[in-house]
Amino acid sequence: MKHARVVYQNHVVNAVENEGALLLEDGQRVSFDAVQWLPPLLPTPRPRTILALGLNYADHAKELAFKEPPKEPLAFVKGEGALIGHRALTRRPAGVSYMHYECELAVMVGRTARHVRKEDALDFVGAYLVANDYAIRDYLENWYRPNLRVKNRDTCTPIGPWRVDAADIHQRPGGAMNLALQTTVNGQVTQQGNTRDMIFDVATLIAYFSSFMTLSPGDLILTGTPDGVVDCQPGDRIVTTIEGVGALENEIALI
Amino acid sequence: MTPSSMPLHGTVYGVLLNSQAEWQACEAAMTSLPYKAAPIAPVLYVKTANTWTPHQGAIVVPTGHTEVEIGATLGLVFSEQGAWRGYVLLNDVSLPHSVAEQGFYRPPVKYKCLDSFLGVGPHLLPAADLPQPNHLTLEVRVNDVLCQQVDLSRMRRPLSTLVADVGEFMTLRPADVLMLGLDVCDSGPEAGRRPRARVGDVIDIRVPSVPGLGVMQHRLVGEGA
Repeated sequence: MKHARVVYQNHVVNAVENEGALLLEDGQRVSFDAVQWLPPLLPTPRPRTILALGLNYADHAKELAFKEPPKEPLAFVKGEGALIGHRALTRRPAGVSYMHYECELAVMVGRTARHVRKEDALDFVGAYLVANDYAIRDYLENWYRPNLRVKNRDTCTPIGPWRVDAADIHQRPGGAMNLALQTTVNGQVTQQGNTRDMIFDVATLIAYFSSFMTLSPGDLILTGTPDGVVDCQPGDRIVTTIEGVGALENEIALI
Repeated sequence: MTPSSMPLHGTVYGVLLNSQAEWQACEAAMTSLPYKAAPIAPVLYVKTANTWTPHQGAIVVPTGHTEVEIGATLGLVFSEQGAWRGYVLLNDVSLPHSVAEQGFYRPPVKYKCLDSFLGVGPHLLPAADLPQPNHLTLEVRVNDVLCQQVDLSRMRRPLSTLVADVGEFMTLRPADVLMLGLDVCDSGPEAGRRPRARVGDVIDIRVPSVPGLGVMQHRLVGEGA
């Protein structure tokens, strides 16, 4: 099932996808255009841990001029304030020269995970989502890189539109590790890849993180992006799509 | 104290190299690989919620490690519209990592986000009760022996500057916490680096001039203890 969280008539409501429309939790059926889309996440009792991966596709690592793929996951943490929903605006600061999208499979933790073995790890996934983890390369500095000025900006992590139950993805041939990713900018395909090309796959990442930190329900892991990132200008419409998970629409606005 | 009564509710951000002394200790490496240049903007990181340990709780030293770094600091807690709600003592514990070993190049998740690695003080002190947050000295004791004094007036960015420079690129939301920075030891065997502690040690951190912050105390235990 595909879950959403939307604002409808000034109320935040949970919804599910229903034959091309949204079925709200109070039973109303409304069109996709009738709502404001929020990140499709339920509130957590403590701040959500949002882990994100850099250089987790061999081709993207090569594109960014790294000679060897990383030997262990390159992870950073962002705050929930960076997240926005489907069809929201992402701000590009004036005067920057290179701001690019990153189409990423996001994994939502379904149950508490600590010292999880790789072979059991997918049992701890609750859902999958599409995330677009924008980066503004002008602000890269080589201190705790990628630094939060690049990666934790307001509006710069669209996520959604759906939170898709893990079972729906796991039952597909190849499961979460055989999903096509694609990004279009104003309708032109600029990025194509497949989750099978991740350097550290979803199960490996859960095993790695849970070896030193407890993952709680609702925590997110953004699993990195493949080759094909390009600069995005104000007015550009960016759609990041992952097979079976969703198509996340976003538009760039100038600050 | 139960976890729900901890004076933390939002995302906790820390800042690297805000200490003048630590900056000086790292300065020679800043223009070398992999860093290439001194940092310009505040270099932030997150202490995820799994790290939070209430006052008088146990901080777990993972198997295979003998020491952790103590990170005594003050956390500024925000309220609505960026207003300053109050302050809390924090111990931002890390596995040792250094500029020389390229430990400041990649984000410090594996050094700083381990379970229990943020000691949280006993009280939130309302902002109005601490009009000069940059002008105070934290005292760090290990097993009742004074091992570090952290003079917050020697931070490169005082709190108001740090808040403004962080606000240039992200919003600090209600309940979010911004830590003012960690310092290195001035003298003694640990001069130039953050103080360390090991399994069995009891760490307490206080500001003698501000009793309202309380005396934060945590003990270090081994994994599986």
